[in-house]
Amino acid sequence: MAAPFNDSQQATFDAKVAELLTHYPADRKQAAMMPVLRLLQELVGWLPPEGMDQVAAKLAVHPSRVLEVATFYVMFHTHKPGKYVIDVCTNIACALNGADRLLNHLEKRCALKSGETSADGKWTVRETECLGSCGTAPCMQINEDHHENLSLAQVDDLLQKLP
Amino acid sequence: MPLTSLITKNWKKPNSHTLKVYEEGGGYQQLRKALTMQAPQIIDELKKSNLRGRGGAGFPTGMKWGFVDLKNPKPHYLCVNADESEPGSFKDRYIMELDPHRMLEGIAIASWTLGVHTAYIYIRGEYKFPAQRVQAAVDEAYAAGYFGKKMAGSDFALDCYVVRGAGAYICGEESAMLESLEGKKGWPRLKPPFPAVAGLFSCPTIINNVETLASVPQVLEMGGEAWAKVGLPKSGGTRIMQLSGHIEKPGCYEVTMDTTFRELIYDIGGGIPKGRQLKCIIPGGSSCPLMLPQHLDCKVDFEAVKDVGTMAGTGGVIVMDDQTCMVREAWRVARFYAEESCGQCTPCREGNPWQTRILRKIEEGRGTADDMKVLESVINSIATAVPFVPFALGNTICALGEAAAMPTQSVLKWFRHEFEEHIKLGRCPNEKPWGALGEGRFQ
Repeated sequence: MAAPFNDSQQATFDAKVAELLTHYPADRKQAAMMPVLRLLQELVGWLPPEGMDQVAAKLAVHPSRVLEVATFYVMFHTHKPGKYVIDVCTNIACALNGADRLLNHLEKRCALKSGETSADGKWTVRETECLGSCGTAPCMQINEDHHENLSLAQVDDLLQKLP
Repeated sequence: MPLTSLITKNWKKPNSHTLKVYEEGGGYQQLRKALTMQAPQIIDELKKSNLRGRGGAGFPTGMKWGFVDLKNPKPHYLCVNADESEPGSFKDRYIMELDPHRMLEGIAIASWTLGVHTAYIYIRGEYKFPAQRVQAAVDEAYAAGYFGKKMAGSDFALDCYVVRGAGAYICGEESAMLESLEGKKGWPRLKPPFPAVAGLFSCPTIINNVETLASVPQVLEMGGEAWAKVGLPKSGGTRIMQLSGHIEKPGCYEVTMDTTFRELIYDIGGGIPKGRQLKCIIPGGSSCPLMLPQHLDCKVDFEAVKDVGTMAGTGGVIVMDDQTCMVREAWRVARFYAEESCGQCTPCREGNPWQTRILRKIEEGRGTADDMKVLESVINSIATAVPFVPFALGNTICALGEAAAMPTQSVLKWFRHEFEEHIKLGRCPNEKPWGALGEGRFQ
């Protein structure tokens, strides 16, 4: 066991990485980067530096290669986000259906500005680009769970139900 | 009859995503048929069908498959582009949620044809539920023997893996997707070599969109010529059009190629809400130049849309009513491309944030006549301002540069007076810059 995992997490990580590596040619371990980073984030909630070092060791690449990928994709968190990451689509189709109003409402409700994490660490609210739900706009995702056809009352209801 | 259902025929059935329902509707019979055919025969059938890629570029699928050198001793790969991120597009989401096996059968047929033993389905990171549905379908297909060591009882082996992206529009560009699949940041590659020669792991690779592959079983079932007949001379089959924005009934509609945008918006989509008039539409995802009310009798077919100076793209139609502020629209679209530029080429990395800042400045009423000159110089440096000729206009490695410049160029072409009005008044003249539903579709 090593940081950032506890024993059982380390065992899960090792086993799942070994399985993922079988999806790719033996001399192309780096190819497993995306699923392995996703696995790390699922286990500890974000991508801590010690975790990325483990990824680098498993995939036999320099740690800078891992950081390069981790910082390129917006869904990878290289800093610890709030307990609930709310991604609001404000792209054109959603904007035409009231996304600005939705975002303002969330900013007020969570007492923060878009891009910030609330002081109690509960909420992170971000503007995101098109979520591929233009026919059911406006929409948002809470920790990757998709919600669409939203009214402000529904948003309040959704947030209230979160533990 | 414009509305039809060839690709979407299972969508309304209960549990349409399961293998059982798909098999009851004749699923995987075309794979069995394909296994009795030779590769050139299948490719020939596709060429006859005039099936064109549904990812946006509209490249003929049969021709693309024909580029693969079947005798090349290196392993061949199939990569399914399910990184649907173009604003306005959401058809692949529904194909994967409601009928994933149709795509999987297409994957199996393509793999058999092209000698592929490993296929990767690259699904955008935000599509959690579609990815779960596809993974469940892949597991079912393995259990039923359609994938695995003996594909449908033959001696052909096929492994299929689901890979999820992590929020990068650029990974929908095929070579950026290959980089991402190889575990790198999504930086597009210079072409040539094209992926059919050197793609994933430098091996011959074929990349197809979800809808394209989902069409393949239907092409084999009907026969190439019959499929071609459903469409128009240069575009075979049907298209799944997606309506969004200021429209009464947004959603996915599978239509024949001879459907006009007028029928699509007023008959199928129910027209513009709150009794407003139409200002313009984006016909195929946010990168496509605008279409105006006078263009509405244009057909949804790839060639017809090209003739009115825009592109059919992914078929994602974004409708805007007469109150919509076009400066704000241009700003929001430019901001998207500024955000999603991968940072590799200078004109796109620097030009897009620059045009975004100028557009915002004009929208906020702080613009000057000089800003217009700078704006044009910036966007024309990303991609030259000539009427749309497919690809090779840009000063960038991939088409994102053009995709970012074309919408602004087209707004300037049709709505320059709105920019001038903003500058003259020193404010946005529109009471409701986001139009009829700007305060929200649902209260």
